[in-house]
Amino acid sequence: MKYLHLVWAALFRRKTRTIFTLISVLAAFLLFGLLDSVHSAFSGAADSVAGVDRLVTISKVSFTVSLPKSLLPRIQAIPNVKDVAYANWFGGIYQDPKNFFPNEAVSDNFFDVFSEFVLPPEQREAFRKTRTGAVVGAELAKKFGWKIGDKIPLQATIFPQKGGSNVWTFDLVGIYHIADPKQRSQEGALFFNWDYFDEARQFGNGNIGWYIERLTDRNAADQVASAIDALSANSDHETKTQTEQAFNVAFIGQFADIGLIVGAIMAAVFFTLILLTGNTMAQAVRERIPELAVLKTIGFSNKSVLGLVLSESILLILIGGVLGLAIAAVVVGALKASLGSGIPMAPVDAVTWAKGIALMIGIGVVIGVLPALRGMRLRIVDALAGR
Amino acid sequence: MRTLKRFLSGLGMLVLLVVGVAILMLVPWPLLLVLVLVLAAWMGLTRSGRQAASVSWVGISTLPQRLGSSSVVVIGIAGVVGVLVALLAMGEGFQATLKQTGSDDTVVVMRAGAQAELNSVLGHDSVTLITQAAGVLKDKDGRPIASPELVVVASLPKKSSGLDSNVEIRGVGPQIWVLHPDLKITDGRAFKPGLRELVVGKGAREEFAHIDVGSTLNLNNQTWTVVGAFDSDDAHNSELWGDTDVVGSTYRRGSSSSLVTARLTSADAFDAFKAALASDPRLKVDVKTTRAYYTEQSAGLAKLIRILGTTIGVIMGIGAIFGALNTMYAAVATRAREIATLRAIGFRGLPVVVSVLLETMLLALAGGVLGAAIAWIIFNNYTASTLGANFSQIVFAFKVSPALVWNGIKWALAIGFIGGLFPALRAARLPVTTALREL
Repeated sequence: MKYLHLVWAALFRRKTRTIFTLISVLAAFLLFGLLDSVHSAFSGAADSVAGVDRLVTISKVSFTVSLPKSLLPRIQAIPNVKDVAYANWFGGIYQDPKNFFPNEAVSDNFFDVFSEFVLPPEQREAFRKTRTGAVVGAELAKKFGWKIGDKIPLQATIFPQKGGSNVWTFDLVGIYHIADPKQRSQEGALFFNWDYFDEARQFGNGNIGWYIERLTDRNAADQVASAIDALSANSDHETKTQTEQAFNVAFIGQFADIGLIVGAIMAAVFFTLILLTGNTMAQAVRERIPELAVLKTIGFSNKSVLGLVLSESILLILIGGVLGLAIAAVVVGALKASLGSGIPMAPVDAVTWAKGIALMIGIGVVIGVLPALRGMRLRIVDALAGR
Repeated sequence: MRTLKRFLSGLGMLVLLVVGVAILMLVPWPLLLVLVLVLAAWMGLTRSGRQAASVSWVGISTLPQRLGSSSVVVIGIAGVVGVLVALLAMGEGFQATLKQTGSDDTVVVMRAGAQAELNSVLGHDSVTLITQAAGVLKDKDGRPIASPELVVVASLPKKSSGLDSNVEIRGVGPQIWVLHPDLKITDGRAFKPGLRELVVGKGAREEFAHIDVGSTLNLNNQTWTVVGAFDSDDAHNSELWGDTDVVGSTYRRGSSSSLVTARLTSADAFDAFKAALASDPRLKVDVKTTRAYYTEQSAGLAKLIRILGTTIGVIMGIGAIFGALNTMYAAVATRAREIATLRAIGFRGLPVVVSVLLETMLLALAGGVLGAAIAWIIFNNYTASTLGANFSQIVFAFKVSPALVWNGIKWALAIGFIGGLFPALRAARLPVTTALREL
């Protein structure tokens, strides 16, 4: 630490070059922050701890195929099942298909099973009592400026009403919040009463999209899952039950292998970055060979010279990298504020920072090690003579 | 006065920069070729041009001595262009796959408001009315060339990840082969109407396990056999096809379908056909040409990928510009005495500027070509899949088209131009006396 001013002076010996290199580093870590934010938004849903005690039962054929409601009492009777909720995908459109958000018809105990969706008790009561009631996430309400009491018309894409009308109008009775910032993208959904949905829809009555079971004992998950699937084995509506996490992993995997794409881009970025800054460091040390020799002459050990050059390269990457990540954090925050929760970007959090700083130090070492060794090994006489 | 002068020269540099980049990015290639020819002519024919050529030659011929730092420019720019071209090739491939699925003389008729085929339900009566409507082309036996189709989804494990993904099963009517004249059965045979048989598209076959020709598939406790494979060279390649009625009974859909596709007598018949269906009070349907339908499906994702690719390209490009600036400033610094000597014996500033700029842009060009070549080798025809409008996988191939490669090279040249301009101007303004005195 006591050599910090020396390292600092060496780093800014050639200001322009250092600043240009810093900007390159900054760009690389800005990209790292943005891409990691996208990546963790996708994997965050899969890693959620909130759903560890929940199972999802869908049709074995695919979750677009519905299941009979007659399974409900039989699933409830299985040991270790605490509650069973159910839902149907509605796929309604608000004003324009571009405004897409998920909307589902759900059973009245839905908010008991999804306890991380926090809804005030009086709003939950209102949802239970209002036949055409709907509940939306806070982010969604903010995006469209909805307040409790508003009427929200949705255009049906799958389910017309009995009279043939495509317009379903719901009364907004509640707004839910989610405490965990990583899960906050789930504040972008609308839920309404399944009973009203089933009564008013033209076809498919009595069928359910999927069941969600909450368990009393999460260790019993496998056992309960096979017991549920056994209920309908060899029937014409076989089910497939899995943990919510497994379901989410498979579901997100359907969009794209985000991890692979992000990984490939970052590999290209860091490869070029290492080459670029490595060249700068080599150049910086080459110019300073006589100075390093002077340091050695006045008594700096080989090790301290190695340490000085290595800390210089680590400091270079750290300054640029921390600035880049900080800008990424600001950009992600601004994007989320202006575009709403719909965009799949998680806030730049401690995990990203830790990963980023580990990367910075690693890259700093990689680019610094050759010039540092060179500095350590130089012979004073040769270096001072310019040989 | 001096600050004004500095301000003006800064402004001039900015204008030069913007104009240069704009020319590189916006001008079509024939015009750029003309510019290159003009430059060559100037170098061959005029005095200052010949000076520029010889100074450039000195710079370029000493490149091998600066191999390490010059390769930073090349590889930095290759990274930008490679990532940019690969990402854009993904968007372009997806869009191309969906676009070529549609045509102007075939139509898709769905229930009003359905948006996607999977959401749509049409009763048997509606299907009959639609296929009998005026404007539908008839075959030589007088039957309308139309196919009632049923779109359903099955969940199957992917070969790559082993995770369950959705594959689309499309029940099709007997006229389907006439509706898709370019489709080829590549393996096995077509399914037989009335049987639980499927044919698998080329993309689905590559992407999913357990659906190769000859394998059997359990759907709702009924056994289906894959009897053949087809190649339609479009989005249908991601699907499995079977008989509508049989698929309907397996999925308990009764006699209803999802949609009707039909060939019209000509593309001009579309308006009349649409009007006829709209005026029939027994029908509540949306009518689109298949081209309009599939183009709509691809627009959102293609735009997203374009925005994403450009953003990533710009950020990486900024990194590469500063890398190039560093390298070229260093190159100018090492050649400072040589440049000063040239200036002292009467060379003008312009040849010096041109030579540094030319050198950087040559390095950038090499980087651009390298990056585009890597993207082409790895990603051209690389297949990937994503979730389409029918909630099932659409398999598509990346397409590294010549236009994309050219686009990537233009980016490379623009980065090279920005990265070379400032060092070039510095070289030309170097005070001769101080530069000569420098070691």
